[in-house]
Amino acid sequence: MILADVAATEPSAAMEILWIALPYVVMATMITGLIWRYRYDKFGWTTRSSQLYEKSILRIASPLFHYGILAVIAGHFLGLMIPESWTEALGISEHTYHTLTVPLSLTAGACTIVGFALLIYRRRTVTRVLERTSTGDKIMYVFLGLAIVLGVLVSWYASGIFGEGHNYREDVAVWFRSVLVFQPNGAIMAAAPLPFQLHAIAGMLLFAIWPFTRLVHVFSVPLQYLARPYVVYRKREPHPTGSRAPRRGWEPSRRD
Amino acid sequence: MKVMAQVGMVMNLDKCIGCHTCSVTCKQAWTNRDGVEYVWFNNVETRPGLGYPRAYQDQEKWKGGWELTKRGKLKLKQGGRIKRLATIFSNPLLPEVKDYYEPWTYDYDTLLNSPSTEHTPVATPRSAISGESMKIQWSANWDDNLGGAPEYAPQDPVVKKIKDDVTDRIKFEFEQAFMFYLPRICEHCLNPSCVSSCPSGAMYKREEDGIVLVDQDACRGWRQCVTGCPYKKVYFNHNTGKAEKCTMCYPRIEAGQPTVCSETCVGRLRYLGLFLYDADRVTAAASTPNEQDLYEAQLDLILDPHDPAVIAQARRDGIQEDWLEAAKKSPVYTLAKEYRVALPFHPEYRTMPMVWYIPPLSPVVDALRETGNDAEDADNLFGALRSLRIPVEYLAELFTAGDVAPVLRSLDTLSAMRAYMRDKNIGNDTDDTIPARVGLSEAQMLALYRLLAVAKYEDRYVIPPAHAEVAADLDEMGCALDGEGGPGQFAAPPPPQRVSAESFHMLKAVRDEQRYGAAVTSATTDLPHWNGKGVALGMPKVRKSDD
Ligand code: HEM
Ligand code: SF4
Ligand code: SF4
Repeated sequence: MILADVAATEPSAAMEILWIALPYVVMATMITGLIWRYRYDKFGWTTRSSQLYEKSILRIASPLFHYGILAVIAGHFLGLMIPESWTEALGISEHTYHTLTVPLSLTAGACTIVGFALLIYRRRTVTRVLERTSTGDKIMYVFLGLAIVLGVLVSWYASGIFGEGHNYREDVAVWFRSVLVFQPNGAIMAAAPLPFQLHAIAGMLLFAIWPFTRLVHVFSVPLQYLARPYVVYRKREPHPTGSRAPRRGWEPSRRD
Repeated sequence: MKVMAQVGMVMNLDKCIGCHTCSVTCKQAWTNRDGVEYVWFNNVETRPGLGYPRAYQDQEKWKGGWELTKRGKLKLKQGGRIKRLATIFSNPLLPEVKDYYEPWTYDYDTLLNSPSTEHTPVATPRSAISGESMKIQWSANWDDNLGGAPEYAPQDPVVKKIKDDVTDRIKFEFEQAFMFYLPRICEHCLNPSCVSSCPSGAMYKREEDGIVLVDQDACRGWRQCVTGCPYKKVYFNHNTGKAEKCTMCYPRIEAGQPTVCSETCVGRLRYLGLFLYDADRVTAAASTPNEQDLYEAQLDLILDPHDPAVIAQARRDGIQEDWLEAAKKSPVYTLAKEYRVALPFHPEYRTMPMVWYIPPLSPVVDALRETGNDAEDADNLFGALRSLRIPVEYLAELFTAGDVAPVLRSLDTLSAMRAYMRDKNIGNDTDDTIPARVGLSEAQMLALYRLLAVAKYEDRYVIPPAHAEVAADLDEMGCALDGEGGPGQFAAPPPPQRVSAESFHMLKAVRDEQRYGAAVTSATTDLPHWNGKGVALGMPKVRKSDD
């Protein structure tokens, strides 16, 4: 395959550095970004639900997309975090592992894509939603879409359904864990097939813009709700301490 | 027993003329912004009618409020916590903008920039959300004054409820229609289902005065509270992605002033004051098995501010002396508990609502008068109340989960007052058996008359300012109206100015001094800033100052 041929060429030193530097730049951006946003823009930290405008499409699209993407995230976690040697130690061969995971990831992927397509369709066609889509939303959708589309390409490439397949647990996953333990192995990623490299870059770009988009809602999953008395009583809250004045809690009228 | 204080409101429906002044002034104060164009913290609906948002009382559809499980435990009607978290990605129980109405503005540009033409240019309506040209099809009071009632009134969820047994008796032909206005704000419930359904814990009930607020910094836009509130009094700001609701004008209440809706009410029908209640028994009361017993259970929660045991406990629970004094003089306590003329709105939602209503007698009076009877005669009124069952049944569905007895009791008291005072006013001998028929003494009857009919400003509003010693708690929450923050609902923005009763009056003095060269006393208040006390500038000094 052409893609494989491209990737098979000798990785340059520059590429190696890219695969070492980029993940840390992204990590730093994401962490400082999230802290900054939390400190100075709690008021902007929301799902920005668009359900008020339209709910029939959203009713199908949003759960489909979310269940899909959450499963996909879980899949990434399993695939990238658990070394192949561990599953092998449990007596699960690479073949069995893939026979087990491929149908699951196909379903999750399909849900994500259909859900995502419906969400985009809704954003484009329902005027109320379109008119109220911010530039931030649009940028976020481009990056999210890119990561998803390249993700499809990668899983198709890896699955071996239309080719010889590729076991990413031997290179991409190794690189990923090496980055996490601060002993980055850039070379192994630089030698990975091109689709994987592209997907990883798209993913990292998505993480880099994450704190500045509505995607921050992912970090406020309200699990504390499960262990709380129903009625909340409050006296005065401690003041937020920031050096900036809080943003005003409303926007001036746009149309009148 | 744990004694807590609650700012409550009573509205005397007989006096509402449906002018919507309250709605407009509230909107100007709080929701005159992008993202909340469709929102009316205060709305006035004509009953029978659909209300705002459309048919919000149909809890089989919207699933607001609480229900009891088979084991008799309280559960949110919209579903348990796990189920709602698992399905948080879309909330089919959320009203869409069309259930409220599509807010609009007009394309004024065509008027302003029109070249000279043969025909007058026309400003066409534009959606305030999408900017598209639109057809106006609904609004927050589309069925005002029974407009379109033959079509809409039968869809009123309350009418549907009583329809089963009285199908043929309810007809919405104009001649037979009865109607009244129902102004609504958030109920600032004792057992708020909005607070309980917020997964982020962003909504809270203030310990000091029971006002229910949304912390704008903690809200994450999960929009569960909108569904949770059976009165649909939490709204989603589609621009900021956060929930907003009636604030009971807390910056004003803290300064001892009535809410904007009360202050500007043309009918002067709103009362504000304190309830003392037993916070320990709220859940038990809200779990009362029989819906029709909920009204009694709710009354039972409200403590007697004159009872020494209650006072002693209230002191232990940190309630200040002037608040205890205010609780004793509270008009809302008097009307709801002493006279039992004010009733809670839909107690069957089990949220223990704290805005109470005195049911309107006028539909009955009007009906009597139309048939040529003396509508001021006690016997006629008592009789009519019992034969004209539809209005009473309708009111009972609103205020007592269908139990007509408390509604009759309230209307009987109002009828007795009417008959008794007629005699008194035209100089006839008063009939002391009339008050006795509703269990009141003549003195009590006169006191009730004074409160309901004379309704002096200082009798209607008994609001203790946030207390100086607990200043740290309430005092410096900052007046969102004054500062750069605008009408937000932050729990605690760093205050642009300190706001408290003291500083409010101080600031006013400073402002007056700048404006008039001297601090203004009540005798020379200017008309736009007149609060009903004293004589305003520019008004003939025909009456002496009240104070
Ligand atoms: C358990 C975690 C999550 C929860 C509870 C959650 C919840 C929500 C909610 C309530 C909305 C608003 C839907 C609406 O009413 O309009 C939303 C929107 C959205 N979420 Fe999530 N989400 C989660 C995770 C994620 C993840 C992991 C992603 C993607 C990486 C994501 C991407 C989005 C997008 C793109 C939208 C906007 C949809 C649209 O209106 O076009 N969410 N999410
Ligand atoms: S009426 Fe007010 S306090 Fe009660 S549930 Fe609704 S929003 Fe909450
Ligand atoms: S201002 Fe008073 S009289 Fe007018 S609609 Fe509101 S409650 Fe009724």
